[in-house]
Amino acid sequence: MNSFTLTQATAADEAVRDLASHDGAAYLGGGTNLVDLMKYNLTRPTHLTSLGLLPLADITSLPDGGLRLGALATNADTAWHPEVEKRYPLLSQTILAGATPQLRNAATNGGNLNQRTRCYYFYDLATPCNKREPGTGCSALTGPNRVCGVLGTSESCIATHPSDMCVALAALEAVVRVQGPDGERTIKFEDYHRLPGDKPEADNTLKAGELVTAIDLPEEGYADHFTYLKLRDRSSYAFALVSVAVGLKMNGSTIEKARFAVGGVAHKPWRDQEAEQLLEGQTASPDLFRKVATKVFAEAKGYGEGSLHNSFKIELGKRAIVRALKQAVEMDYEVNSNAFLNSNP
Amino acid sequence: MSLTFIQEPLDKTAPRVVPAQSVTLHVNGQARTIQIAPWTSLLDALREYLDLTGTKKGCDHGQCGACTVLVDGKRINSCLALATVYQGKQIQTIEGLGTEDNLSPLQQAFVDHDAFQCGYCTPGQICSAQGLINEGRCKTVDEVREHMSGNLCRCGAYTNILSAVMEVLHDGEAVVDNGVLITIPAQPTKAL
Repeated sequence: MNSFTLTQATAADEAVRDLASHDGAAYLGGGTNLVDLMKYNLTRPTHLTSLGLLPLADITSLPDGGLRLGALATNADTAWHPEVEKRYPLLSQTILAGATPQLRNAATNGGNLNQRTRCYYFYDLATPCNKREPGTGCSALTGPNRVCGVLGTSESCIATHPSDMCVALAALEAVVRVQGPDGERTIKFEDYHRLPGDKPEADNTLKAGELVTAIDLPEEGYADHFTYLKLRDRSSYAFALVSVAVGLKMNGSTIEKARFAVGGVAHKPWRDQEAEQLLEGQTASPDLFRKVATKVFAEAKGYGEGSLHNSFKIELGKRAIVRALKQAVEMDYEVNSNAFLNSNP
Repeated sequence: MSLTFIQEPLDKTAPRVVPAQSVTLHVNGQARTIQIAPWTSLLDALREYLDLTGTKKGCDHGQCGACTVLVDGKRINSCLALATVYQGKQIQTIEGLGTEDNLSPLQQAFVDHDAFQCGYCTPGQICSAQGLINEGRCKTVDEVREHMSGNLCRCGAYTNILSAVMEVLHDGEAVVDNGVLITIPAQPTKAL
């Protein structure tokens, strides 16, 4: 790890000013990703603006019926907050499907959004990686790329966003509140993360110096019909190969409203609003779910066959969508943090 | 003890010398003041500056859980924590859970159930299990397995670790899961 200076800010505007006044500075939240990246010398900030003392760790109800998740609330405190468990069980279950208790106790909500990819080549300083060093090339295009993406990829980068939580936030249509040198603004969740295009070094649409202060959830939490299906190489403490977060509003067997997002397949949680519309107003059925799944992966592109390469994610992703929609309709599965133990297709 | 940091920065743009800062950590009920650099992890502060070597460095990347400590009662990976931002928090390490003459219930259960071989992961396992108990969320064997997944044991003592945790979680009552006896009621304490 390189040497650096550190300031502990006590307010958001103070943090924004402190960061702006240091070249090469970075915000430090829970540190579970940043400190790790620094230990690998993947990122070398010369100054850290620590956010731990900012009064942004609360979870509070909003006048419009929604819920505000403070950016500094930990993942664990969020997953186990009574309001989140009651009104947004999809989010609670999704957070608990990720990382470990130790990491969830330190990792913050803002940091979860801003964590970097776990693509092998991003972490391997000996290999080219456009995300780590723009212009050097993408080693994942032809090398082993089991963890990489099949939707919205580019010739520059096929990395995926690793978060579970963000997949649920995409389905829940959360809004990200940020504060920067130019003041405050909000970003719709679907616009927060971006596709790699020819600028894979940028994971999201934050402007320089901007700080996530909160994540707002709309009133609708789909507490009656939801699921987070996570498929991975081992049943705990592994990133998703494919995951699906679903929230449905049902009227009998008719789907009134459908929101879902797919994780592990793209540079951002993958939402397909046309596919969601295919579900709405329709009677739930396996045929319908297969049609929707086919639509989502219609333009998917795999990067090689076999267990080291990721083309399997296309069929796996389709089956995961069918299964997740079925689970959300029927709600006939164990709704606890271990539900995914029985989720292998 | 005053220490000077003259580590050569890998990045030429980095400040060449960052003075050590005076940092007060509350560890196992005691306030301890040390001079450390901003990049000193909580793990290194405990082991190298406070001589609390019960907390172990395994992977140093938050993957193995050997460095698990409790902060305000919650388990975290001390290797990914910068010590300087943990001032004002109550930090508890394996040394603060019990003494050789008065083991904590988890420590006693690990002895009774032979829940380790080499022992390197054990302090982290016990601190993690204490965090699990503090959380009050787990009851079943599956839940405990899932919520202990942040602690790796290279010797593979998982079966007995599970039994030890289940015994303390259920106050020494036998736990039967799918017809299998998972915990053995506590044995009388043996002198070692």
